[in-house]
Amino acid sequence: MSVELDVFVGNTTIMDKEVFQLWLNGYTVSDAVKVRIEGGIMEECEANAEVLLSDTMDQYRTFQMCERLLHHPAKLSNQLLFQIPPDRQAMLIERYYAFDDAFVREVLGKKLSKGTKKDLDDVSAKTGIMLKSCRRQFDNFKRVFKVVEELKGPLVENIQQHFLLPDQLGRDYAAIVFFASNRFETGKKKLQYLTFQDFAFCAGQLINHWTVGAVDNMMDDMDVDLDKEFLQDLKDLKILITDKDLLDQHKSLVCTALRGKTNVFNEMEANFKNLSRSLVNIAAKLINAKDVRDFFIDLVEKFIEPCRSDRWTSIDVNLYLTHYTNSAHILDTFKHHGVWTRYMGVIKSCILRIYH
Amino acid sequence: MPGKLKAKIVAGRHLPVMDRASDLTDAFVEVKFGNTTFKTDVYPKSLNPQWNSEWFKFEVDDKDLQDEPLQITVLDHDIYSANDAIGKVYIDIDPLLCSEAATVISGWLPIYDTIHGIRGEINVLVKVDLFNDLNRFRQSSCGVKFFCTTSIPRCYRAVMVHGFVEELVVNEDPEYQWIDRIRTPRASNEARQRLIFLMSGELQRKIGLKVLEMGGNAVVGYLQCFDLEGETGLVVRAIGTACTLEKISTLTSASTTHPSNSSPSKDMKDSPQAAPSTLGCRSTHSSPVHSASSRLSQGFSVSVPTLLFAGMKPRHKSSKAPRARQCRPIFGEEAPGNPLFSGPPTPLRVQTFSSFSPSKSYSRQSSSSDTELSLTPKTARIYLSPSSPALESESSPLPSAYLPRHLWPGMASRCTTPPPLHVSQSDTAILRKSVSFSEELLLAASGMGSGGSAGKDAGPLKALMRQQTQSALEQREYPFFTLTSFPPGFLLHVGGVVNARSVKLLDRIHNPDEPETRDAWWEEIRQEIKCHAKALGCHAVVGYSESTSICEEVCILSASGTAVILGSRFMQDGPLDTDHRLSRQPLVFSTGAERVEGDMGSSISLGFEEVAPPGCGFCHIPYDELNIPFPAQLTNCYCCRRYKVPDVLFTTIDLPTEANITGKGCLIQARLCRTKKKAQGEGNATAISNLLPFLEYELHTQLMNKLKLRGMNALFGLRIQISVGETMLLGLASATGVYLTALPSPGGIQIAGKTPSDITYEQHISNMQKKINDTIAKNKEIYEVNPPEFVEEVIGSPIPEPRQRSRLFRSQSESSDDVSELDLSYGKKDAFVLEIDDTDAVEDIHALLTDFPTPPGFYSCNTEIMPGIQNWTSAIQMFTSVRVFRLNNANLTNQGLNKIFSELCENLLKSFYFKLRSMVPCCLCHLNFTVAIPEDELIQVAVTAVAMSFDKEQTLENGRQSGDKTLIKAITENDEQLQFSLELNAELSSPNPLSSTKGLSDVSGSHLSARAHSVDYSSFADRCSSWIEQLRLKAHIIRRGSVKTTSSLEKASPLPEGRSRSLRRNRSYSGSSVAVVKMTPLSLLPGAKIIKYLGIINMFFIRETTSLREEGGVSGFLHTFIAEVFAMVRAHVAALGGNAVVSYSMKECVFMENPNKNQAQCLINVSGDAVIFVRESELEATSVQPQSATTQTSNGGEGT
Repeated sequence: MSVELDVFVGNTTIMDKEVFQLWLNGYTVSDAVKVRIEGGIMEECEANAEVLLSDTMDQYRTFQMCERLLHHPAKLSNQLLFQIPPDRQAMLIERYYAFDDAFVREVLGKKLSKGTKKDLDDVSAKTGIMLKSCRRQFDNFKRVFKVVEELKGPLVENIQQHFLLPDQLGRDYAAIVFFASNRFETGKKKLQYLTFQDFAFCAGQLINHWTVGAVDNMMDDMDVDLDKEFLQDLKDLKILITDKDLLDQHKSLVCTALRGKTNVFNEMEANFKNLSRSLVNIAAKLINAKDVRDFFIDLVEKFIEPCRSDRWTSIDVNLYLTHYTNSAHILDTFKHHGVWTRYMGVIKSCILRIYH
Repeated sequence: MPGKLKAKIVAGRHLPVMDRASDLTDAFVEVKFGNTTFKTDVYPKSLNPQWNSEWFKFEVDDKDLQDEPLQITVLDHDIYSANDAIGKVYIDIDPLLCSEAATVISGWLPIYDTIHGIRGEINVLVKVDLFNDLNRFRQSSCGVKFFCTTSIPRCYRAVMVHGFVEELVVNEDPEYQWIDRIRTPRASNEARQRLIFLMSGELQRKIGLKVLEMGGNAVVGYLQCFDLEGETGLVVRAIGTACTLEKISTLTSASTTHPSNSSPSKDMKDSPQAAPSTLGCRSTHSSPVHSASSRLSQGFSVSVPTLLFAGMKPRHKSSKAPRARQCRPIFGEEAPGNPLFSGPPTPLRVQTFSSFSPSKSYSRQSSSSDTELSLTPKTARIYLSPSSPALESESSPLPSAYLPRHLWPGMASRCTTPPPLHVSQSDTAILRKSVSFSEELLLAASGMGSGGSAGKDAGPLKALMRQQTQSALEQREYPFFTLTSFPPGFLLHVGGVVNARSVKLLDRIHNPDEPETRDAWWEEIRQEIKCHAKALGCHAVVGYSESTSICEEVCILSASGTAVILGSRFMQDGPLDTDHRLSRQPLVFSTGAERVEGDMGSSISLGFEEVAPPGCGFCHIPYDELNIPFPAQLTNCYCCRRYKVPDVLFTTIDLPTEANITGKGCLIQARLCRTKKKAQGEGNATAISNLLPFLEYELHTQLMNKLKLRGMNALFGLRIQISVGETMLLGLASATGVYLTALPSPGGIQIAGKTPSDITYEQHISNMQKKINDTIAKNKEIYEVNPPEFVEEVIGSPIPEPRQRSRLFRSQSESSDDVSELDLSYGKKDAFVLEIDDTDAVEDIHALLTDFPTPPGFYSCNTEIMPGIQNWTSAIQMFTSVRVFRLNNANLTNQGLNKIFSELCENLLKSFYFKLRSMVPCCLCHLNFTVAIPEDELIQVAVTAVAMSFDKEQTLENGRQSGDKTLIKAITENDEQLQFSLELNAELSSPNPLSSTKGLSDVSGSHLSARAHSVDYSSFADRCSSWIEQLRLKAHIIRRGSVKTTSSLEKASPLPEGRSRSLRRNRSYSGSSVAVVKMTPLSLLPGAKIIKYLGIINMFFIRETTSLREEGGVSGFLHTFIAEVFAMVRAHVAALGGNAVVSYSMKECVFMENPNKNQAQCLINVSGDAVIFVRESELEATSVQPQSATTQTSNGGEGT
């Protein structure tokens, strides 16, 4: 005695949020049933395991049929096969494109290629996220990447428009795409303490200030690539460290401003030249793609770690960077104010974000 | 006669990739109608082609327009090889042929392929220019409207109901033609789809012709079925009820006609039960006056089932007799503005009646000619065949009684033979007899026939029959109606269920043009039904339906209905003979300008209804109480105490709206499996015939037991389905049980053992007895069945309105404990005794106690709407579920099978409750189970139903709401200034530009273009409460007399905010062009008003796969297919301009699989009515608007 066939089709497609999440998390039907039973739904609704199994199977089938549409969320709203209320559609999309922070940390900045996909089982083993779920998340990244890679205009808006994602999620995807495109290194041990949201914030800063789109919205270029001209111009900042006078002048200006305002003044004074050199060097090297990848490592190694070993608080860092940035403008022989502001603005907010 | 069909192919989208190299498609379209084909240009390299073609014009005969579908084929252009077909769209253009239905088909339709399913969509425009054809001998029947709905469609008024129409067409099944061996599955499927399209078109046309002949303009309750006979052919048959319908003037005008007494009518509109009756003037229905003693004459004078739904003209009445003046006109239309009709007249009327019908001697023997008749000018015409009453009553026992006993002597001891189904038993008994005795007959029909209706001992009766057949009723037609719900007062008495089955051997149909054998088969069955009805003292059958079950070459034909006496006073002769014509001529006594005056007049004058209160009248027995056609216990009606009622009542119809019921109803199912030996040909047919009576009997016993277990006394919507397989028979009877207040309280169930000496045994029995008693008590609580204590004072006093009355009783019985005691004492008297020694009885008891109680918050029924629930919200969820169960164990006993089958059904229900748990409190309505045995050892159950949630608290709020409304209305009418402020406030409360434009469109054009309110998922409960909120607010403002205050603005804000948010969300999906289409198997949408019927949807699809595993196995395959069918139905409805499908049903779902070959095939046939509805809340807005306009203008007038 066995049920050979069992389907339930509603005019309005019935989708259970809880089961959808289980499906997204990569549970098999039987595991999902177990989880649901443990959740106490049987007592709540006077159901039995059989009913639960039937319902779960049915939901899983529905999700599988919907998955194809979820790959192109815009299609979901004008397809005819499923009648899904708009709020439900939004929920489906949002949850389908949601990702685990643990997972995204593993692949952030990696090339979204087949090779990476093959390594997903390691990622799965490491993060405890089911392989199925890893694959979905990876494929989502890749899909979004492929669609917006060649598109003009603002990255976040492009993503939101094509994938109908809510603001926050759209920004996160922009970060993922941006990282994947520029292949920022994020996996090094020294960077492990950083969360995805830290990187996403930095990505937002970079996208908003360092890309071509940041200067000119209507430019025929994309948000994904850093502004080459700007990177070129960054070389000019070297004068701050190569010119001895300028460096000393800068130091004295900053120290004057800082004196008495912080507990770590001595350390600041002692380290000024080192830190300044680090920051300017980072800027000067960014023209090389390879060094772009190491941007975050450089920041951490060359700036954050020294500060941290001197026990600066983030307030100290903030203070330091503020005056460091502003003082440069007062320097007589320093002419590259625009580039300096553009560079330091981002550096400052990134450092402040990842200084913890 | 020619018509011009025009089609334009606009664009395609989401097309599949046909060229792997480029990942694109070079698509073009072929448009074909009849033998003419047009092509669009190839739109190269695109998955979203924009053809924007010219108008393709087909000049065709209107006969073809009706028969043929427009066929649109999308292909991929290929230079080197043959063009690949992407898929097809069949468009039924029938809706365009009727002036009142849709005018254009325009929208995105799914492109469907029988192998791949939906492959993209195509945007088309289709129009028809039709020239009127007045040729008498024409072959087309354009303009006849078809409705699947089994009641008078909501926005129509029935001027006349002509009666039964039927037709069938046969053809060879392409699947079984020789050519099928060499062509592809796709070609074969498409040939089949197309053929069935053609056949249903032809069928519809032919039925339309019959309707025109009868003088009607519409078919209501149109039921079309396919019999896939296999080798022997394909039969498409249809039945329906021909009517003359008249469109009710638009809603706005309707609601403005009686603004003055809006409170009562509004009240009624709030309850869905009242909504149906056309303009909400339910209270004014009533049969005109009639004699209490004329039942017999009525029985014979029903000559033609042509019933007029019409009102008596006041003038007419007053001129006749003093008592007639009191008579209320009929439901049909409330003469607009006629002051006579306002107010609830029921009590008044009843009073009048009781005063004039002097004698309680309600008997058949009394002569039919008395004073009443003299009042009717047309008397002479009626009494064509005044046969003697005695004869009539003698005829009744004919198909009844002795047969079951003769069949099965043991039965009598087990239960008292219950009345209504009895007929069906006797019927099958006859069938059995014919199988065993009349061999010649068998041969003649080359199959198993249910024999002639007259048995051997019917000698004298035959003469009577002949005499009777002379009466026009007999000779002309079947007095059958496929309707299941009627305008109040239409049904006079309900006799019970009549049922006939016949087992036939299929033979090849040699001449498709003359499907005589199939016709003859159905004719036999219908005759039998008619006889049964007569045996119950009834002249008509309502809720009539026909079905078949085919296995190999054996076919069971079934027909069932409810024998009734109709409140027709319209005995006319056959539509074709002169009498009919005469009667259709306007009659003289109308001087007025009213339309159908003539018909009305004639009808009224012939009225012969009982003077019975509407709430219980239909329960009163139609047969002679001295010569009951079967053993039944009659008691005096518990409502009016004057007429006899049976102890239980089974019917196939919906519960009449006016019926008095106690508590709520519930779904009752009897399920049965019987094994059968494998056999061939006639042997097989004989074996099946032998099993049938037992099956029916058992089903009936189960129904009875389960009914009693729930403490109820009547079944509505009874549907017995018997399905035949190679090694078993399945029987499934579903019905909705209710407690009719008019009927006696059912007795309990008593268990008796044969060996009472044994103590443990006794204990066992008493345990069981206790269990049963507990269950009964529990059920009574669940369904709120607290039978009222009969209050003597009610007699003679005006009987209150049905609903009030039941409520009154409910509250009474809640407080009094002695009621249940009283019940018990009554119950013991005629308790149902089950003897436990009988193995069958054990099984019965088992079956009784294994029924899973519905979880809290859920109700279920198979009728349209759950009796006893009124406050539906607009949240509905239609669903279809299919399960196939494999019996692995080949040699199961009957009991084992029963258990499995019963569990299967119960589990299905449980699944539904679980799935729909978010809708609680809700009721599964119109639960329609279809069982089939697709293969040996497989049981397939398909269910289509709708879950509708209701508001528990709303009864209160409803009252408040209407109270507020009236308050507002009253005030606004007094004070124009404030009316203005109200409007202002409404404006203010929607600061969002979007919502205000929406409001505008609601007011101005929502009922014209239903597409305007496409996406509206916001729950009705929310809207309801916000509506109330708004009302309160308005009332508040009005009371304070301030035009606008900041506080009012603040208060108003929550509502528009919520709305604007949802709107914004909609807007963010600007790409969304998919209109929401609601689907429901009911004829109504709660909280909404259907304003236009766009035509019938009748679609047939085949889907086949050769990669079953890849498509997710059988479940994945069928799931996709059903979803695709829904999508196609929705798309076609949307293209017609509709936003809902009502009376939706899945007629056929034939699923076949061959897992070894990785193949499966499925056929689905669905039908329904495409409609446009508007929310009642939106209607309110529109109805308030003109009112305010008038007040404002009057205000202006005063000002100047």
